[in-house]
Amino acid sequence: MNVVVCVKLVPDPNTPGQLDPETHRLRRDLADAVLDPGDEFGVEAGLQLAEAHGGEVRVVSMGPERAVDAVRKALAMGATKGVLVCDDSLRGADALTTAKVLAAAIRREPYDLVITATESTDGYSGIVPQALAELLGVPAVTFASEMSSDGSLLTATRQTERGSETVVTGLPCVVAVTAGVNEPRYPTLRGIMGVKSKPLERLTPTDLGLAASVPTPTGQTVVSVTMAGQRQAGEVVRDDGDGAHRIVELLARLRVI
Amino acid sequence: MANGPVWVFAEVVDGRVAPGALELLTKARSLGAADVEAVCLGPGAREAVGELGRHGASTVYISIDAGFVELLMGGPGADTLAPLIATRKPELILFPGTHDGRDLAGRLAAKLDLPVIANGLDIETGAAITVTSTIFGVTQVVRTEFGERRPALALFRPKAFTASALPAGPAPRTVEVPAVIDERHRRARVVDRSTPVATGPALEEATVVVSGGRGLQEPANFELLHEVAGLLHGAVGASRAAVDAGWVPYSMQVGQTGKTVKPTVYIACGISGAMQHTVGMRGAQAIVAINRDPEAPIFKLADLGIVGDALTVLRQLRDELRSRSG
Ligand SMILES: Cc1cc2nc3c(=O)[nH]c(=O)nc-3n(C[C@H](O)[C@H](O)[C@H](O)COP(=O)(O)OP(=O)(O)OC[C@H]3O[C@@H](n4cnc5c(N)ncnc54)[C@H](O)[C@@H]3O)c2cc1C
Repeated sequence: MNVVVCVKLVPDPNTPGQLDPETHRLRRDLADAVLDPGDEFGVEAGLQLAEAHGGEVRVVSMGPERAVDAVRKALAMGATKGVLVCDDSLRGADALTTAKVLAAAIRREPYDLVITATESTDGYSGIVPQALAELLGVPAVTFASEMSSDGSLLTATRQTERGSETVVTGLPCVVAVTAGVNEPRYPTLRGIMGVKSKPLERLTPTDLGLAASVPTPTGQTVVSVTMAGQRQAGEVVRDDGDGAHRIVELLARLRVI
Repeated sequence: MANGPVWVFAEVVDGRVAPGALELLTKARSLGAADVEAVCLGPGAREAVGELGRHGASTVYISIDAGFVELLMGGPGADTLAPLIATRKPELILFPGTHDGRDLAGRLAAKLDLPVIANGLDIETGAAITVTSTIFGVTQVVRTEFGERRPALALFRPKAFTASALPAGPAPRTVEVPAVIDERHRRARVVDRSTPVATGPALEEATVVVSGGRGLQEPANFELLHEVAGLLHGAVGASRAAVDAGWVPYSMQVGQTGKTVKPTVYIACGISGAMQHTVGMRGAQAIVAINRDPEAPIFKLADLGIVGDALTVLRQLRDELRSRSG
Protein backbone atom coordinates (compact mmCIF):
# COMPACT_ATOMS: atom_id res chain seq x y z
CA MET A 1 0.00 0.00 0.00
CA ASN A 2 1.47 3.32 -1.05
CA VAL A 3 0.73 6.02 1.46
CA VAL A 4 1.28 9.75 1.16
CA VAL A 5 1.47 11.69 4.43
CA CYS A 6 1.06 15.47 4.39
CA VAL A 7 3.15 17.25 7.00
CA LYS A 8 3.66 20.82 8.11
CA LEU A 9 6.33 22.76 9.93
CA VAL A 10 4.80 24.78 12.76
CA PRO A 11 6.13 27.03 15.51
CA ASP A 12 6.74 24.87 18.56
CA PRO A 13 3.32 24.85 20.25
CA ASN A 14 5.03 25.21 23.61
CA THR A 15 6.43 28.58 22.52
CA PRO A 16 3.78 29.90 20.11
CA GLY A 17 5.11 32.01 17.25
CA GLN A 18 3.89 35.43 16.29
CA LEU A 19 2.50 37.03 13.21
CA ASP A 20 4.42 39.96 11.84
CA PRO A 21 2.08 42.97 12.23
CA GLU A 22 3.60 44.53 9.08
CA THR A 23 3.43 41.63 6.64
CA HIS A 24 0.67 39.69 8.45
CA ARG A 25 2.73 36.56 8.03
CA LEU A 26 4.15 34.11 10.45
CA ARG A 27 7.50 35.18 11.86
CA ARG A 28 9.18 31.82 11.68
CA ASP A 29 12.34 33.16 13.21
CA LEU A 30 10.63 33.98 16.46
CA ALA A 31 9.97 30.48 17.60
CA ASP A 32 11.59 27.12 17.33
CA ALA A 33 9.83 25.31 14.54
CA VAL A 34 9.01 21.63 14.63
CA LEU A 35 7.17 18.95 12.67
CA ASP A 36 3.57 19.58 13.73
CA PRO A 37 3.04 17.24 16.71
CA GLY A 38 -0.32 16.36 15.16
CA ASP A 39 1.45 15.11 12.01
CA GLU A 40 3.58 12.60 13.89
CA PHE A 41 0.44 10.49 14.29
CA GLY A 42 -0.12 10.56 10.53
CA VAL A 43 3.44 9.52 9.78
CA GLU A 44 3.17 6.67 12.29
CA ALA A 45 -0.18 5.53 10.84
CA GLY A 46 1.31 5.51 7.33
CA LEU A 47 4.37 3.56 8.43
CA GLN A 48 2.23 0.94 10.18
CA LEU A 49 0.07 0.39 7.09
CA ALA A 50 3.06 0.20 4.74
CA GLU A 51 4.77 -2.25 7.10
CA ALA A 52 1.66 -4.45 7.21
CA HIS A 53 0.88 -4.44 3.49
CA GLY A 54 4.15 -3.58 1.77
CA GLY A 55 4.60 -0.35 -0.16
CA GLU A 56 6.16 2.93 0.77
CA VAL A 57 5.41 6.14 2.62
CA ARG A 58 5.90 9.38 0.74
CA VAL A 59 5.92 12.67 2.66
CA VAL A 60 4.63 15.86 1.08
CA SER A 61 4.93 19.32 2.58
CA MET A 62 4.39 22.94 1.58
CA GLY A 63 6.23 25.62 3.46
CA PRO A 64 9.32 27.77 3.71
CA GLU A 65 12.76 26.28 3.05
CA ARG A 66 12.98 25.48 6.75
CA ALA A 67 10.06 23.07 6.39
CA VAL A 68 12.64 20.64 5.07
CA ASP A 69 13.26 19.90 8.76
CA ALA A 70 9.70 18.60 9.10
CA VAL A 71 10.14 16.37 6.05
CA ARG A 72 13.49 15.11 7.37
CA LYS A 73 11.95 14.21 10.70
CA ALA A 74 9.32 12.10 8.91
CA LEU A 75 12.08 10.48 6.83
CA ALA A 76 13.99 9.73 10.02
CA MET A 77 10.89 8.06 11.43
CA GLY A 78 10.91 5.75 8.39
CA ALA A 79 9.25 7.41 5.38
CA THR A 80 10.84 6.49 2.05
CA LYS A 81 11.01 9.83 0.27
CA GLY A 82 9.95 13.43 0.60
CA VAL A 83 8.76 16.40 -1.43
CA LEU A 84 8.79 20.01 -0.29
CA VAL A 85 6.91 22.60 -2.32
CA CYS A 86 8.50 25.91 -1.55
CA ASP A 87 8.12 29.29 -3.21
CA ASP A 88 7.83 32.95 -2.27
CA SER A 89 4.44 33.12 -3.96
CA LEU A 90 3.10 30.63 -1.42
CA ARG A 91 3.90 32.68 1.66
CA GLY A 92 0.75 33.30 3.63
CA ALA A 93 -1.15 30.77 1.48
CA ASP A 94 -4.74 30.10 2.53
CA ALA A 95 -6.26 26.65 3.08
CA LEU A 96 -7.53 26.22 -0.48
CA THR A 97 -4.20 27.19 -2.01
CA THR A 98 -2.47 24.75 0.32
CA ALA A 99 -4.84 21.97 -0.75
CA LYS A 100 -4.22 22.71 -4.45
CA VAL A 101 -0.47 22.54 -4.00
CA LEU A 102 -0.59 19.34 -1.95
CA ALA A 103 -3.02 17.69 -4.40
CA ALA A 104 -0.73 18.46 -7.34
CA ALA A 105 2.31 17.09 -5.50
CA ILE A 106 0.42 13.94 -4.45
CA ARG A 107 -0.89 13.23 -7.97
CA ARG A 108 2.60 12.95 -9.45
CA GLU A 109 2.78 9.30 -8.40
CA PRO A 110 0.16 6.60 -7.83
CA TYR A 111 -1.12 6.31 -4.26
CA ASP A 112 -3.62 4.26 -2.29
CA LEU A 113 -4.07 6.45 0.73
CA VAL A 114 -3.39 10.05 1.77
CA ILE A 115 -3.06 10.77 5.49
CA THR A 116 -3.23 14.22 7.07
CA ALA A 117 -3.72 15.48 10.60
CA THR A 118 -7.20 16.70 11.50
CA GLU A 119 -5.88 20.27 11.51
CA SER A 120 -2.57 22.03 11.92
CA THR A 121 -1.56 23.16 15.39
CA ASP A 122 -0.88 26.77 14.38
CA GLY A 123 -3.67 27.76 11.99
CA TYR A 124 -6.11 24.91 12.74
CA SER A 125 -8.62 25.68 10.00
CA GLY A 126 -9.25 21.96 9.46
CA ILE A 127 -10.24 22.71 5.86
CA VAL A 128 -7.32 21.12 4.01
CA PRO A 129 -8.18 17.38 4.30
CA GLN A 130 -11.64 17.68 2.71
CA ALA A 131 -10.52 20.22 0.12
CA LEU A 132 -7.68 17.87 -0.80
CA ALA A 133 -10.07 14.94 -1.15
CA GLU A 134 -12.36 16.95 -3.42
CA LEU A 135 -9.45 17.96 -5.65
CA LEU A 136 -8.24 14.36 -5.80
CA GLY A 137 -11.78 13.07 -6.40
CA VAL A 138 -11.74 10.62 -3.50
CA PRO A 139 -13.68 10.18 -0.24
CA ALA A 140 -12.31 11.63 3.00
CA VAL A 141 -12.72 10.32 6.52
CA THR A 142 -11.93 13.09 8.98
CA PHE A 143 -11.46 12.89 12.77
CA ALA A 144 -10.25 9.28 12.49
CA SER A 145 -9.26 8.04 15.93
CA GLU A 146 -8.63 4.46 14.75
CA MET A 147 -8.02 2.94 11.37
CA SER A 148 -7.16 -0.38 9.82
CA SER A 149 -7.08 -1.79 6.33
CA ASP A 150 -7.06 -5.15 4.60
CA GLY A 151 -5.30 -3.57 1.64
CA SER A 152 -8.40 -2.77 -0.41
CA LEU A 153 -10.94 -1.43 2.10
CA LEU A 154 -10.20 0.91 4.96
CA THR A 155 -12.18 0.89 8.22
CA ALA A 156 -11.97 3.94 10.46
CA THR A 157 -13.56 5.16 13.66
CA ARG A 158 -14.64 8.76 13.11
CA GLN A 159 -15.14 10.85 16.20
CA THR A 160 -18.31 12.91 16.25
CA GLU A 161 -19.45 15.54 18.72
CA ARG A 162 -21.57 12.96 20.50
CA GLY A 163 -19.70 9.69 20.10
CA SER A 164 -18.31 7.92 17.10
CA GLU A 165 -19.11 6.36 13.74
CA THR A 166 -17.54 3.39 12.02
CA VAL A 167 -16.80 4.23 8.40
CA VAL A 168 -15.82 1.75 5.71
CA THR A 169 -14.36 3.13 2.51
CA GLY A 170 -12.69 1.91 -0.65
CA LEU A 171 -9.22 3.11 -1.61
CA PRO A 172 -7.84 5.50 -2.60
CA CYS A 173 -9.07 7.95 0.01
CA VAL A 174 -7.95 10.69 2.36
CA VAL A 175 -7.92 10.02 6.10
CA ALA A 176 -7.43 12.85 8.61
CA VAL A 177 -6.25 11.34 11.87
CA THR A 178 -6.64 12.76 15.36
CA ALA A 179 -3.86 12.96 17.89
CA GLY A 180 -3.97 9.76 19.91
CA VAL A 181 -4.68 7.42 16.96
CA ASN A 182 -1.39 5.65 17.78
CA GLU A 183 1.90 6.12 19.64
CA PRO A 184 4.32 7.82 17.23
CA ARG A 185 7.77 6.21 17.20
CA TYR A 186 10.93 8.15 17.91
CA PRO A 187 13.43 8.26 15.06
CA THR A 188 16.22 5.77 15.75
CA LEU A 189 19.85 6.73 15.33
CA ARG A 190 19.91 4.55 12.21
CA GLY A 191 16.82 6.33 10.95
CA ILE A 192 18.43 9.71 11.44
CA MET A 193 21.66 8.60 9.74
CA GLY A 194 19.66 7.21 6.82
CA VAL A 195 17.91 10.51 5.99
CA LYS A 196 20.81 11.75 3.86
CA SER A 197 20.48 8.86 1.42
CA LYS A 198 16.72 9.26 0.95
CA PRO A 199 15.34 11.23 -2.00
CA LEU A 200 14.11 14.70 -1.02
CA GLU A 201 12.79 16.79 -3.90
CA ARG A 202 12.14 20.52 -3.86
CA LEU A 203 9.43 21.75 -6.22
CA THR A 204 7.77 25.04 -7.08
CA PRO A 205 4.17 25.70 -8.20
CA THR A 206 5.55 26.05 -11.75
CA ASP A 207 7.02 22.53 -11.57
CA LEU A 208 3.54 21.37 -10.59
CA GLY A 209 1.84 23.24 -13.42
CA LEU A 210 0.11 25.52 -10.93
CA ALA A 211 1.74 28.86 -11.68
CA ALA A 212 -1.53 30.33 -12.98
CA SER A 213 -3.90 29.00 -10.33
CA VAL A 214 -2.15 29.58 -7.01
CA PRO A 215 -2.33 31.51 -4.86
CA THR A 216 -6.08 31.81 -5.46
CA PRO A 217 -6.21 35.45 -6.62
CA THR A 218 -9.68 36.48 -5.44
CA GLY A 219 -9.43 34.72 -2.12
CA GLN A 220 -8.92 36.57 1.09
CA THR A 221 -6.61 39.12 2.68
CA VAL A 222 -5.49 39.43 6.26
CA VAL A 223 -6.18 43.04 7.32
CA SER A 224 -4.96 43.04 10.90
CA VAL A 225 -3.39 40.89 13.58
CA THR A 226 -3.56 41.72 17.25
CA MET A 227 -2.77 39.92 20.46
CA ALA A 228 -5.87 38.43 22.03
CA GLY A 229 -6.92 39.86 25.36
CA GLN A 230 -4.88 37.74 27.73
CA ARG A 231 -6.46 36.34 30.84
CA GLN A 232 -4.86 37.74 33.92
CA ALA A 233 -3.53 35.23 36.38
CA GLY A 234 -5.55 35.53 39.56
CA GLU A 235 -4.70 34.45 43.03
CA VAL A 236 -2.71 31.27 43.54
CA VAL A 237 -2.88 29.86 47.05
CA ARG A 238 -1.35 26.80 48.67
CA ASP A 239 -3.97 24.41 49.98
CA ASP A 240 -3.76 24.46 53.76
CA GLY A 241 -7.06 22.73 54.17
CA ASP A 242 -9.16 25.71 53.08
CA GLY A 243 -8.70 25.33 49.30
CA ALA A 244 -12.14 23.81 48.90
CA HIS A 245 -13.68 26.59 50.95
CA ARG A 246 -12.05 29.20 48.73
CA ILE A 247 -13.65 27.54 45.71
CA VAL A 248 -17.06 27.54 47.41
CA GLU A 249 -16.70 31.27 48.10
CA LEU A 250 -15.93 31.93 44.45
CA LEU A 251 -18.88 29.79 43.32
CA ALA A 252 -21.14 31.76 45.63
CA ARG A 253 -19.82 35.08 44.32
CA LEU A 254 -20.57 33.92 40.78
CA ARG A 255 -24.03 32.80 41.94
CA VAL A 256 -23.70 29.27 40.66
CA ILE A 257 -24.57 28.05 44.16
CA MET B 1 -23.99 44.15 1.57
CA ALA B 2 -25.05 43.10 -1.95
CA ASN B 3 -28.34 41.53 -2.84
CA GLY B 4 -27.81 37.80 -2.45
CA PRO B 5 -29.11 35.97 0.60
CA VAL B 6 -27.02 34.86 3.57
CA TRP B 7 -27.24 31.13 4.18
CA VAL B 8 -26.75 29.16 7.36
CA PHE B 9 -25.93 25.45 7.33
CA ALA B 10 -28.10 23.74 9.94
CA GLU B 11 -27.56 20.32 11.46
CA VAL B 12 -30.08 18.10 13.20
CA VAL B 13 -28.76 16.00 16.08
CA ASP B 14 -31.08 13.53 17.83
CA GLY B 15 -34.10 15.18 16.27
CA ARG B 16 -33.08 18.62 17.57
CA VAL B 17 -31.63 21.53 15.61
CA ALA B 18 -28.01 21.80 16.74
CA PRO B 19 -27.34 25.07 18.64
CA GLY B 20 -24.70 26.33 16.16
CA ALA B 21 -27.28 26.98 13.43
CA LEU B 22 -29.51 28.99 15.77
CA GLU B 23 -26.54 31.09 16.91
CA LEU B 24 -25.55 31.77 13.31
CA LEU B 25 -29.10 32.59 12.18
CA THR B 26 -29.36 35.11 15.02
CA LYS B 27 -26.14 36.75 13.84
CA ALA B 28 -27.16 36.56 10.18
CA ARG B 29 -30.23 38.70 10.93
CA SER B 30 -27.96 41.59 11.82
CA LEU B 31 -25.81 41.50 8.68
CA GLY B 32 -28.06 43.64 6.50
CA ALA B 33 -28.77 40.90 3.96
CA ALA B 34 -31.92 40.94 1.83
CA ASP B 35 -32.73 37.41 3.00
CA VAL B 36 -31.56 35.00 5.65
CA GLU B 37 -32.03 31.38 4.58
CA ALA B 38 -31.13 28.01 6.05
CA VAL B 39 -30.00 24.78 4.46
CA CYS B 40 -30.71 21.50 6.23
CA LEU B 41 -29.79 18.08 4.84
CA GLY B 42 -30.87 14.64 6.05
CA PRO B 43 -33.94 12.73 7.20
CA GLY B 44 -34.79 15.12 10.08
CA ALA B 45 -34.69 18.27 7.95
CA ARG B 46 -38.43 18.83 7.56
CA GLU B 47 -39.00 18.80 11.32
CA ALA B 48 -36.28 21.44 11.76
CA VAL B 49 -37.95 24.05 9.56
CA GLY B 50 -40.11 25.69 12.28
CA GLU B 51 -37.22 26.20 14.69
CA LEU B 52 -35.00 27.60 11.93
CA GLY B 53 -37.80 29.99 10.98
CA ARG B 54 -38.19 31.19 14.55
CA HIS B 55 -34.52 32.13 14.50
CA GLY B 56 -34.77 34.15 11.31
CA ALA B 57 -34.74 31.90 8.25
CA SER B 58 -37.30 33.11 5.69
CA THR B 59 -36.65 30.08 3.48
CA VAL B 60 -35.35 26.66 4.44
CA TYR B 61 -33.89 24.42 1.74
CA ILE B 62 -34.25 20.81 2.74
CA SER B 63 -33.14 17.54 1.22
CA ILE B 64 -34.23 14.48 3.14
CA ASP B 65 -32.20 11.79 1.40
CA ALA B 66 -30.96 9.01 3.69
CA GLY B 67 -27.59 9.31 1.95
CA PHE B 68 -26.72 12.29 4.14
CA VAL B 69 -26.55 10.03 7.18
CA GLU B 70 -25.64 6.68 5.61
CA LEU B 71 -22.71 8.30 3.84
CA LEU B 72 -20.45 11.09 5.07
CA MET B 73 -21.83 14.64 4.87
CA GLY B 74 -18.96 16.41 3.05
CA GLY B 75 -19.12 15.06 -0.51
CA PRO B 76 -22.88 14.47 -0.84
CA GLY B 77 -23.62 17.81 0.84
CA ALA B 78 -21.35 19.74 -1.53
CA ASP B 79 -22.71 17.96 -4.61
CA THR B 80 -26.27 18.79 -3.56
CA LEU B 81 -25.59 22.42 -2.66
CA ALA B 82 -23.49 23.30 -5.73
CA PRO B 83 -26.44 23.61 -8.18
CA LEU B 84 -28.49 25.44 -5.56
CA ILE B 85 -25.69 27.94 -5.02
CA ALA B 86 -25.50 28.49 -8.77
CA THR B 87 -29.19 29.42 -8.99
CA ARG B 88 -29.75 31.22 -5.66
CA LYS B 89 -26.37 33.01 -5.62
CA PRO B 90 -25.90 33.50 -1.86
CA GLU B 91 -23.40 36.16 -0.81
CA LEU B 92 -22.21 34.32 2.20
CA ILE B 93 -22.64 30.90 3.80
CA LEU B 94 -22.15 30.54 7.55
CA PHE B 95 -21.24 27.12 8.95
CA PRO B 96 -20.97 25.96 12.54
CA GLY B 97 -17.40 24.76 13.12
CA THR B 98 -18.58 21.21 13.81
CA HIS B 99 -17.06 18.09 12.30
CA ASP B 100 -19.66 17.93 9.50
CA GLY B 101 -19.68 21.71 9.09
CA ARG B 102 -15.95 21.66 8.46
CA ASP B 103 -16.19 18.74 6.07
CA LEU B 104 -18.89 20.41 4.02
CA ALA B 105 -17.21 23.83 3.89
CA GLY B 106 -13.88 22.27 2.84
CA ARG B 107 -15.53 20.26 0.07
CA LEU B 108 -17.48 23.25 -1.24
CA ALA B 109 -14.41 25.49 -1.19
CA ALA B 110 -12.47 23.08 -3.38
CA LYS B 111 -15.41 22.15 -5.61
CA LEU B 112 -16.41 25.71 -6.45
CA ASP B 113 -13.02 27.40 -5.88
CA LEU B 114 -14.37 29.54 -3.04
CA PRO B 115 -12.51 31.32 -0.25
CA VAL B 116 -13.09 29.92 3.23
CA ILE B 117 -12.23 31.24 6.69
CA ALA B 118 -12.40 28.99 9.75
CA ASN B 119 -12.59 29.50 13.52
CA GLY B 120 -14.56 32.71 13.20
CA LEU B 121 -15.57 34.59 16.34
CA ASP B 122 -17.25 37.53 14.69
CA ILE B 123 -18.25 38.84 11.27
CA GLU B 124 -18.96 42.28 9.86
CA THR B 125 -20.45 43.20 6.53
CA GLY B 126 -20.03 46.54 4.90
CA ALA B 127 -18.05 47.37 1.81
CA ALA B 128 -16.31 44.05 2.46
CA ILE B 129 -17.07 40.94 4.49
CA THR B 130 -14.60 40.70 7.36
CA VAL B 131 -14.23 37.75 9.71
CA THR B 132 -12.46 37.88 13.05
CA SER B 133 -10.85 34.58 13.99
CA THR B 134 -8.11 33.32 16.24
CA ILE B 135 -4.91 31.40 15.70
CA PHE B 136 -2.10 30.00 17.84
CA GLY B 137 -4.25 28.69 20.62
CA VAL B 138 -6.41 31.80 20.76
CA THR B 139 -3.42 33.97 21.60
CA GLN B 140 -3.81 36.13 18.48
CA VAL B 141 -6.79 37.64 16.76
CA VAL B 142 -6.79 37.92 12.99
CA ARG B 143 -9.17 39.96 10.86
CA THR B 144 -9.49 38.64 7.34
CA GLU B 145 -11.35 40.29 4.49
CA PHE B 146 -12.94 38.21 1.76
CA GLY B 147 -12.09 39.12 -1.84
CA GLU B 148 -14.73 39.44 -4.50
CA ARG B 149 -15.52 35.80 -5.09
CA ARG B 150 -18.97 34.70 -3.93
CA PRO B 151 -20.30 33.04 -1.97
CA ALA B 152 -17.78 33.55 0.81
CA LEU B 153 -17.64 30.60 3.22
CA ALA B 154 -17.10 31.18 6.94
CA LEU B 155 -16.98 28.73 9.83
CA PHE B 156 -17.56 29.84 13.41
CA ARG B 157 -16.48 28.53 16.79
CA PRO B 158 -19.29 27.23 18.97
CA LYS B 159 -20.89 29.99 21.05
CA ALA B 160 -19.40 32.80 18.97
CA PHE B 161 -22.91 34.32 19.07
CA THR B 162 -25.89 33.99 21.38
CA ALA B 163 -29.03 32.49 19.88
CA SER B 164 -32.32 34.30 20.29
CA ALA B 165 -35.71 33.49 18.76
CA LEU B 166 -37.92 36.08 17.08
CA PRO B 167 -41.43 36.89 18.24
CA ALA B 168 -43.88 34.63 16.43
CA GLY B 169 -44.07 35.36 12.71
CA PRO B 170 -45.00 33.64 9.48
CA ALA B 171 -43.66 30.11 8.96
CA PRO B 172 -40.70 29.99 6.59
CA ARG B 173 -41.01 28.83 3.02
CA THR B 174 -39.81 25.23 2.66
CA VAL B 175 -38.06 24.34 -0.58
CA GLU B 176 -37.27 20.69 -1.13
CA VAL B 177 -34.19 20.16 -3.27
CA PRO B 178 -33.13 16.89 -4.88
CA ALA B 179 -30.12 15.16 -3.35
CA VAL B 180 -27.24 14.96 -5.79
CA ILE B 181 -24.77 12.31 -4.73
CA ASP B 182 -21.89 11.35 -6.98
CA GLU B 183 -21.17 7.62 -7.13
CA ARG B 184 -17.67 8.08 -5.75
CA HIS B 185 -19.11 9.27 -2.45
CA ARG B 186 -20.99 5.99 -2.08
CA ARG B 187 -17.64 4.28 -1.58
CA ALA B 188 -17.46 5.62 1.98
CA ARG B 189 -20.31 4.36 4.18
CA VAL B 190 -21.15 4.84 7.85
CA VAL B 191 -21.80 1.27 9.00
CA ASP B 192 -22.27 1.92 12.71
CA ARG B 193 -22.79 4.75 15.21
CA SER B 194 -22.25 4.77 18.91
CA THR B 195 -23.27 7.40 21.41
CA PRO B 196 -22.19 7.04 25.02
CA VAL B 197 -25.11 7.60 27.38
CA ALA B 198 -24.76 10.92 29.17
CA THR B 199 -26.58 12.22 32.21
CA GLY B 200 -26.89 15.81 33.37
CA PRO B 201 -26.42 18.86 31.16
CA ALA B 202 -24.43 18.65 27.91
CA LEU B 203 -20.80 19.64 28.31
CA GLU B 204 -21.12 22.55 25.86
CA GLU B 205 -24.19 23.91 27.59
CA ALA B 206 -23.35 23.49 31.27
CA THR B 207 -22.78 26.59 33.42
CA VAL B 208 -20.24 24.68 35.51
CA VAL B 209 -17.66 22.30 34.03
CA VAL B 210 -15.48 20.20 36.30
CA SER B 211 -12.61 18.69 34.27
CA GLY B 212 -10.03 16.10 35.15
CA GLY B 213 -6.61 15.34 33.67
CA ARG B 214 -3.78 12.91 34.12
CA GLY B 215 -3.32 14.27 37.63
CA LEU B 216 -6.44 12.36 38.71
CA GLN B 217 -4.23 9.26 38.47
CA GLU B 218 -6.91 6.66 37.83
CA PRO B 219 -10.27 6.37 36.11
CA ALA B 220 -12.15 5.60 39.33
CA ASN B 221 -11.34 9.10 40.57
CA PHE B 222 -13.55 10.59 37.87
CA GLU B 223 -16.44 9.42 40.06
CA LEU B 224 -15.49 12.21 42.45
CA LEU B 225 -15.71 14.73 39.59
CA HIS B 226 -19.18 13.43 38.74
CA GLU B 227 -20.24 13.87 42.37
CA VAL B 228 -18.99 17.46 42.50
CA ALA B 229 -20.42 18.28 39.06
CA GLY B 230 -23.75 16.74 40.10
CA LEU B 231 -23.93 18.97 43.19
CA LEU B 232 -23.29 22.00 40.97
CA HIS B 233 -25.70 20.88 38.20
CA GLY B 234 -22.65 20.90 35.97
CA ALA B 235 -20.95 18.59 33.50
CA VAL B 236 -17.67 16.67 33.61
CA GLY B 237 -14.92 17.32 31.06
CA ALA B 238 -11.44 15.93 30.58
CA SER B 239 -8.03 16.62 29.10
CA ARG B 240 -6.81 14.57 26.20
CA ALA B 241 -4.37 12.74 28.44
CA ALA B 242 -7.34 11.33 30.37
CA VAL B 243 -9.14 10.44 27.13
CA ASP B 244 -6.06 8.81 25.58
CA ALA B 245 -5.54 6.77 28.73
CA GLY B 246 -9.02 5.34 28.12
CA TRP B 247 -10.37 6.71 31.43
CA VAL B 248 -13.22 8.63 29.83
CA PRO B 249 -14.78 8.82 26.33
CA TYR B 250 -13.67 11.32 23.70
CA SER B 251 -17.03 13.10 23.90
CA MET B 252 -15.75 14.54 27.19
CA GLN B 253 -12.53 15.98 25.77
CA VAL B 254 -12.09 19.73 26.01
CA GLY B 255 -9.60 21.50 23.77
CA GLN B 256 -8.33 22.06 20.29
CA THR B 257 -9.39 18.64 19.06
CA GLY B 258 -12.26 18.31 21.49
CA LYS B 259 -15.04 20.58 22.64
CA THR B 260 -15.07 24.31 23.24
CA VAL B 261 -16.81 25.24 26.46
CA LYS B 262 -17.74 28.65 27.85
CA PRO B 263 -19.22 27.97 31.26
CA THR B 264 -19.56 30.45 34.09
CA VAL B 265 -16.96 28.42 36.01
CA TYR B 266 -14.42 25.90 34.72
CA ILE B 267 -12.68 23.84 37.39
CA ALA B 268 -9.51 22.17 36.05
CA CYS B 269 -8.32 19.34 38.30
CA GLY B 270 -4.91 17.79 37.70
CA ILE B 271 -4.63 19.43 34.28
CA SER B 272 -1.32 21.08 33.36
CA GLY B 273 -2.80 23.71 31.00
CA ALA B 274 -1.24 22.84 27.63
CA MET B 275 -2.13 25.27 24.87
CA GLN B 276 -4.21 22.59 23.12
CA HIS B 277 -6.33 22.26 26.23
CA THR B 278 -6.71 25.92 27.09
CA VAL B 279 -7.99 26.73 23.57
CA GLY B 280 -11.17 24.93 24.53
CA MET B 281 -11.82 26.54 27.91
CA ARG B 282 -10.20 29.95 28.11
CA GLY B 283 -13.52 31.58 27.24
CA ALA B 284 -14.94 30.56 30.64
CA GLN B 285 -16.06 33.46 32.79
CA ALA B 286 -13.98 32.19 35.71
CA ILE B 287 -11.33 29.48 35.84
CA VAL B 288 -10.37 27.52 38.94
CA ALA B 289 -7.30 25.26 38.84
CA ILE B 290 -6.25 22.62 41.32
CA ASN B 291 -2.75 21.33 40.67
CA ARG B 292 0.02 20.20 42.95
CA ASP B 293 2.72 21.83 40.81
CA PRO B 294 2.93 25.57 41.58
CA GLU B 295 4.63 26.09 38.18
CA ALA B 296 1.82 24.48 36.16
CA PRO B 297 0.90 26.76 33.20
CA ILE B 298 -2.80 26.47 34.04
CA PHE B 299 -2.22 28.87 36.93
CA LYS B 300 -1.34 31.62 34.43
CA LEU B 301 -4.96 31.83 33.38
CA ALA B 302 -6.74 30.75 36.53
CA ASP B 303 -8.74 33.30 38.51
CA LEU B 304 -8.28 31.08 41.54
CA GLY B 305 -5.42 28.60 41.73
CA ILE B 306 -5.14 26.02 44.49
CA VAL B 307 -1.73 24.40 44.83
CA GLY B 308 -2.48 21.02 46.32
CA ASP B 309 -3.72 17.50 45.83
CA ALA B 310 -6.73 17.49 43.55
CA LEU B 311 -8.38 14.49 45.22
CA THR B 312 -8.11 15.98 48.70
CA VAL B 313 -9.51 19.33 47.58
CA LEU B 314 -12.30 17.70 45.57
CA ARG B 315 -13.38 15.51 48.50
CA GLN B 316 -13.56 18.55 50.75
CA LEU B 317 -15.38 20.48 48.07
CA ARG B 318 -17.93 17.68 47.72
CA ASP B 319 -18.48 17.54 51.46
CA GLU B 320 -18.85 21.29 51.82
CA LEU B 321 -21.31 21.48 48.89
CA ARG B 322 -23.29 18.60 50.38
CA SER B 323 -23.56 20.26 53.76
CA ARG B 324 -24.70 23.50 52.09
CA SER B 325 -27.40 21.79 50.06
CA GLY B 326 -28.24 19.36 52.87
C1 LIG C 1 -2.43 17.88 17.74
C2 LIG C 1 -2.71 17.86 19.21
C3 LIG C 1 -4.00 18.11 19.65
C4 LIG C 1 -4.30 18.08 21.01
N1 LIG C 1 -5.58 18.35 21.41
C5 LIG C 1 -5.86 18.37 22.74
C6 LIG C 1 -7.19 18.66 23.23
O1 LIG C 1 -8.14 18.85 22.46
N2 LIG C 1 -7.40 18.68 24.56
C7 LIG C 1 -6.39 18.46 25.47
O2 LIG C 1 -6.65 18.50 26.69
N3 LIG C 1 -5.15 18.19 25.04
C8 LIG C 1 -4.86 18.12 23.71
N4 LIG C 1 -3.60 17.81 23.31
C9 LIG C 1 -2.64 17.34 24.33
C10 LIG C 1 -1.99 18.44 25.14
O3 LIG C 1 -0.86 18.89 24.44
C11 LIG C 1 -1.55 17.88 26.50
O4 LIG C 1 -0.71 16.79 26.31
C12 LIG C 1 -2.72 17.44 27.40
O5 LIG C 1 -3.68 18.48 27.48
C13 LIG C 1 -2.20 17.12 28.77
O6 LIG C 1 -3.22 16.63 29.59
P1 LIG C 1 -3.09 16.77 31.18
O7 LIG C 1 -2.98 18.20 31.53
O8 LIG C 1 -4.21 15.99 31.78
O9 LIG C 1 -1.78 15.94 31.49
P2 LIG C 1 -0.33 16.46 31.96
O10 LIG C 1 0.19 17.50 31.05
O11 LIG C 1 0.44 15.24 32.19
O12 LIG C 1 -0.62 17.19 33.33
C14 LIG C 1 -1.03 16.54 34.49
C15 LIG C 1 -1.04 17.59 35.58
O13 LIG C 1 -1.55 17.01 36.77
C16 LIG C 1 -0.82 17.53 37.86
N5 LIG C 1 -0.98 16.57 38.96
C17 LIG C 1 -0.45 15.33 39.07
N6 LIG C 1 -0.89 14.75 40.19
C18 LIG C 1 -1.70 15.62 40.81
C19 LIG C 1 -2.45 15.59 42.01
N7 LIG C 1 -2.46 14.54 42.82
N8 LIG C 1 -3.19 16.68 42.32
C20 LIG C 1 -3.19 17.79 41.53
N9 LIG C 1 -2.50 17.85 40.39
C21 LIG C 1 -1.77 16.78 40.03
C22 LIG C 1 0.58 17.69 37.37
O14 LIG C 1 1.26 18.66 38.13
C23 LIG C 1 0.34 18.15 35.93
O15 LIG C 1 0.29 19.55 35.84
C24 LIG C 1 -3.28 17.82 21.96
C25 LIG C 1 -1.99 17.58 21.52
C26 LIG C 1 -1.69 17.59 20.16
C27 LIG C 1 -0.29 17.31 19.71
